[in-house]
Amino acid sequence: MIPDLSKIRNDFPILDQKVNGRPLIYLDNAATSQRPQQVIDRVNEFSLQINGNIHRATHFMANKTTSAFEESRESVRSYLNATETAEIIFTHGTTESINLVAFSFGEAFIGEGDEVLVTEMEHHANIVPWQMMCSRRGATLKMIPFGDDGVLSLDQMDQLITDKTRILAVTHVSNTLGTVNPIGEIIAKAHLNNIPVLIDGAQAAPHFKIDVQALDCDFYALSGHKMYGPTGIGVLYGKRRWLDRMPPFLGGGEMIDRVTFEKTTYNEIPYKFEAGTPDYVGAIGLGAAIDYLVSQDKPMIQRYEHELLMEATLKLKQIDGLRIYGEAPEKAGVICFNIEGIHPFDLGTLLDQMGIAVRTGRLCADPVMDHFGVENMIRASFAFYNTFEEIDAFYKALIRLKGMFQ
Amino acid sequence: MTIDEIQQGIIEDFSGFEDWMDKYSLLIELGNELTPIDPKYKVESNLIRGCQSRVWLHQEFTEGKIIFEAESDALIVKGLVALLLKIYSNRTPHEILTSEPRFIDEIGLRQHLSPTRSNGLLAMVKQMKLYALAYEKISTKGN
Repeated sequence: MIPDLSKIRNDFPILDQKVNGRPLIYLDNAATSQRPQQVIDRVNEFSLQINGNIHRATHFMANKTTSAFEESRESVRSYLNATETAEIIFTHGTTESINLVAFSFGEAFIGEGDEVLVTEMEHHANIVPWQMMCSRRGATLKMIPFGDDGVLSLDQMDQLITDKTRILAVTHVSNTLGTVNPIGEIIAKAHLNNIPVLIDGAQAAPHFKIDVQALDCDFYALSGHKMYGPTGIGVLYGKRRWLDRMPPFLGGGEMIDRVTFEKTTYNEIPYKFEAGTPDYVGAIGLGAAIDYLVSQDKPMIQRYEHELLMEATLKLKQIDGLRIYGEAPEKAGVICFNIEGIHPFDLGTLLDQMGIAVRTGRLCADPVMDHFGVENMIRASFAFYNTFEEIDAFYKALIRLKGMFQ
Repeated sequence: MTIDEIQQGIIEDFSGFEDWMDKYSLLIELGNELTPIDPKYKVESNLIRGCQSRVWLHQEFTEGKIIFEAESDALIVKGLVALLLKIYSNRTPHEILTSEPRFIDEIGLRQHLSPTRSNGLLAMVKQMKLYALAYEKISTKGN
């Protein structure tokens, strides 16, 4: 059984267009996914009909906006199966979510000589905030390496964990290798050593239903624009027992309880971490995206996305001189590759001429480029609105372009 | 020939193509034909780094003219580099400073000079102009 693609594609009006004279084939979903009409309509409603700042006024539109904002928080809570909405913080995206934890957790729990553990396959957003915090707090950043197949070397985790390790941050799905990490196992292992775990869920949330209670992760970060929602909105899930003990990240309105020039007391979570006027329209849009995802047959879509990835992998492997980076048994969403003798920028430029959108470059993952000793890669990434026909067209385009370079 | 005459020639070379593939095939050909930069100049200090591709640019100033050597790791960029060298190398600082690479726009490849492409080309043009400005100052002082 495959999903009703004509119905799904109808929900995404942007897909029905020509780029450079060819029908658009959008294979850059890991960078940003497209938005269904349901999200567009909901966001428009809060531009055309209703708009008022949240939690601040008594007037009709402000009340409507506040309710919609808090309903979105509930949609997120339910999607992640968090215990309570207070554990759902709206941020600008995964990057801000991780920065928030690196700063506030660092302030509260990390000191001179302590250690933070990440992995070699992280996106820069899950490396740099920790580095910044480590240099501020006098701590050390360590990393768990991965093998050439793209699988984390978890056997090394035991040696890397010491009694100084204060937190572990790992991606759920790698944005380059596509590896689905065994985060349940990683979290359990870390917890045996009393180490809390942050999961970068930016690439996982669009593909999987997340259950933070079953995973028992301490923090989970995700971005709206990678899961069919608006840009500039993201989520940080955190366990109350950590969030309550962490100082605020940003100061300003909303996050306060009472301000005097001598001392300010802070609001309760989640508001303590939502200083200033949040992107409430974005949050409402994200709620609509989650409602849209929930309305789909999730197991069927997950299976279909996996089939798209398998089909693309099989096809690409038939191309002489093509190397796929990351061949973990458990993969989702993305294929990174290079074709011998062809620069990714050239290939990306020519694919664009054929209406095919892919990502090229260093993919915000310098350590992954260094691991394989390459400067750049090409990445194709899939969403459930992609079709087998598009994958075939992509494969044929690569064959044709390869000919241009011989 | 003046810079402008050379640009006009390039525009004419490209104007015959209706299919985008032919245009890019020519760029690839030009890229392949470009004399590689002397390895001793392919160094960090000559590197113009873009997120997508890299360009190396070396220059020498002799007899009032700037000789540029350049190369890129991406072939399409290399083709465009070859064209830029064709118009800007072996020219006086004044000629370089008073000519814009309008051919890129006219052959329909303007997007390659846009800041969003981060392929190093825009930075290369800027860098060539900076060298020209510096040498122009030196030559005027010398007079």
